Amino acid sequence: MANFETVEVTTDLLIVGGGMAACGAAVEAAYWAKKSGLKVTLVDKAAVDRSGAVAMGLSAINQYVGLKDGQNSMKDYVDYVRNDLMGITREDLVFNIARHVDSSVHLFEKWGLPIWKDAEGNYVHEGRWQLMINGESYKVIVAEAAKNALGMENIYERIFIVGPIMDGDRCVGAVGFSVREDKFYVFKAKSVLVAMGGAVHVFKPRSSGEGLGRAWYPPWNSGSSAYFTLKAGAEMTCQEVRFIPVRFKDAYGPVGAWFLLFKSRATNGLGEAYMQTRAGELENWKPYGKVKPVPANLRNWLMMLDVNEGKGPIFMRTDEAINKIAESEGDEKAAKKKLRELESEAWEDFLDMTISQAILWAATNTAPEQKPSEIAAAEPYFIGSHSGASGAWVSGPKDMAPEEYFWGYDNMSTINGLFCAGDASGASSHKFSSGSHAEGRIAAKAAIRFVLDHPEDVNVDTAAIKEIKAEILKPLDIYAEFSGKTVTPDVNPNYILPKMFMFRLQKIMDEYAGGVSTAFTTSNTLLERGLELLSFLREDAAHLAAADLHDLMRCWENVHRMWQAEAHVRTLLFRDETRWPGYYFRSDKPVMDNENWLAFANCKYDPDTGDWEMIKRPVVHIYNEL
Amino acid sequence: MPSFVNPEKCDGCKALDKTACQYVCPNDLMMLNPDLMKAYNREPEMCWECYNCVKICPTQAVEIRGYADFVPLGATVTPLRSTDSILWTVKFRNGSLKRFKFPIRTTPEGEAKPDGGFAVQDDINSNALYSEPEALGLDEVATL
Ligand SMILES: Cc1cc2nc3c(=O)[nH]c(=O)nc-3n(C[C@H](O)[C@H](O)[C@H](O)COP(=O)(O)OP(=O)(O)OC[C@H]3O[C@@H](n4cnc5c(N)ncnc54)[C@H](O)[C@@H]3O)c2cc1C
Ligand code: SF4
Ligand code: SF4
Repeated sequence: MANFETVEVTTDLLIVGGGMAACGAAVEAAYWAKKSGLKVTLVDKAAVDRSGAVAMGLSAINQYVGLKDGQNSMKDYVDYVRNDLMGITREDLVFNIARHVDSSVHLFEKWGLPIWKDAEGNYVHEGRWQLMINGESYKVIVAEAAKNALGMENIYERIFIVGPIMDGDRCVGAVGFSVREDKFYVFKAKSVLVAMGGAVHVFKPRSSGEGLGRAWYPPWNSGSSAYFTLKAGAEMTCQEVRFIPVRFKDAYGPVGAWFLLFKSRATNGLGEAYMQTRAGELENWKPYGKVKPVPANLRNWLMMLDVNEGKGPIFMRTDEAINKIAESEGDEKAAKKKLRELESEAWEDFLDMTISQAILWAATNTAPEQKPSEIAAAEPYFIGSHSGASGAWVSGPKDMAPEEYFWGYDNMSTINGLFCAGDASGASSHKFSSGSHAEGRIAAKAAIRFVLDHPEDVNVDTAAIKEIKAEILKPLDIYAEFSGKTVTPDVNPNYILPKMFMFRLQKIMDEYAGGVSTAFTTSNTLLERGLELLSFLREDAAHLAAADLHDLMRCWENVHRMWQAEAHVRTLLFRDETRWPGYYFRSDKPVMDNENWLAFANCKYDPDTGDWEMIKRPVVHIYNEL
Repeated sequence: MPSFVNPEKCDGCKALDKTACQYVCPNDLMMLNPDLMKAYNREPEMCWECYNCVKICPTQAVEIRGYADFVPLGATVTPLRSTDSILWTVKFRNGSLKRFKFPIRTTPEGEAKPDGGFAVQDDINSNALYSEPEALGLDEVATL
């Protein structure tokens, strides 16, 4: 076996991941831990300054409720999220995040994040819930507060976490390896907070050459949260609720500012606005089809109907929108000034969060005020914090969760001591960067409470750890043993390399589970066949090979993706209807079935038997439904 | 291609124990070739063009060339990041130039105070997070 030193770290609360939710968790946990003499440790596969989905920066904070100014009520936010998710949401979780999110935003501002203000000193809104920021350093600033709270001595960077350590029905730590030196890490903890983001590259991306990495979702979040929680035996929810963003085509530049701030229209190749010409289709998805704003998946769907009829390309009418605003300024001089201002805002939107789009505009000599730009649906992603909903099934807050949703500690999964936040927790969409941070804080406070209630030392089975270590390092052994058996190591009958493994997964998902190439359409028979092919892939995972530490990480990332994929396919099969056209369409069950399926489709993997269990859970409202 | 390194400018971060670009890349792509003492992107097709290697390089040796599978040649987007702002130069394929400057933070680097200066509370069983309710700007945390 590869000769790796085993490093043991013992702590009270282990935070796994270093993104928005983890940084929120760090700040909150550090405070409560210090009061009680507890230790908090954070571990990230990358450098916390620039890790996760916000690594590049962002140009907007997408969740701000504005409670202090009486802008909105709590019910407004809960209604918005439930309706956008076609009725399927944990209102208690959405409420809990929404009541705390404003304080995360106020902290960001104190820490140094520039939030746009108007002449009266009020935040500038992009839309009802969104604030405009100069967010190039958003992650750096949020990470700085986390680092100052925890101290660098409690932060481990460049450690890739593979999976959980269990003690019966309690999660007591995590195992992983350094991607810089030959070291295997065992983190023992009284409670564990998982916040490793969502998953990309489970489905085949549209660009598959050099542009493979230019998915909308960052290539470094690979389903580690889903794998970790599944392997711990936690119940998962909304694994079918993937997210497909419509963005500027190919480089995936953001469209929020265009639709919300600049009030731009999108039209098809014939100049028709699908939101108007296809409005009748919304009747079929009532009551959600008739709410305002129209749910994100239905907006996608109307556009896809045009695309599927060959009426593309779809254009964002940037020229029309900008000139309309400039002209409304009155005189020509003011209009010119406004035009310059808008132009700068439009470019900043890309430069703060999707620089590739700025390159694409420059390389195609695009001036947004002069010509429209194409938009398109990306491939499916798993991002429970955004407009998807996949993640672990977690306990709601004591003061408002219906009894079906409450088992003791906010954001604890169905496994004792295992907490989840951000993309790792499900059925609480539309938390975005700010809400993920707030949810990390909520979960961390509860996790510290759990540690105080369960102070006994945890039990870690040394023999089991040894076995796990051998399994995790096995791809290195396989490569060492067999790579010399062919003249070049890339084609070898004894193993599969992580990139080819990923391509195989992506092909299965693309063709059988409703990817780009089938126009996001699938069916019972396609899914059953997909599962069969996934089972071969799962067997072949035992033959992954890695030449070095970087490849070892790539091997495990792709195993994580494969588990996310299987949970997805099984749940697509279980939910016998089409509820989110625009995210996916079941050709054999083309309509929504509110009578039988206004319910959560949950799943659970049993680590002892290897069996999957599918579970239907009720949707319980805390407010009256519409 | 994503990121690439200009060999004339890269000095391998002067053989310090870790190079800046390798330290920062969220996807573990930047490597140092120890013979040449030059950095390179080992897996360009896994690059997100997040520009973190570009922004952090002390010698401005890292640049980005748009993904060949959908970006025509000839454009560059170049940042210059200081402690409080960032200056972008966008060069179009047709040669025209645009410059933009945006603020990036309002406080001195390193000084973010975790509680933001808001009053803290010490009831672990309450609904309020530790800097609440003051950080919310409300008298109490909302309930049903
Ligand atoms: C392109 C894009 C644009 C967005 N735009 C906006 C916007 O404008 N406004 C807004 O508010 N929100 C926006 N969001 C949403 C926001 O980024 C997410 O909601 C938020 O980052 C989720 O937080 P998280 O902590 O769950 O995940 P992340 O912030 O992604 O953090 C995940 C962390 O886990 C680590 N990790 C992953 N795997 C492992 C492993 N195996 N071992 C150890 N560590 C691991 C990563 O390195 C990272 O530190 C956007 C998201 C994307 C992708
Ligand atoms: S940061 Fe710049 S100078 Fe340092 S190794 Fe990387 S490319 Fe070379
Ligand atoms: S642009 Fe980002 S992803 Fe690409 S090499 Fe640089 S730091 Fe890594």
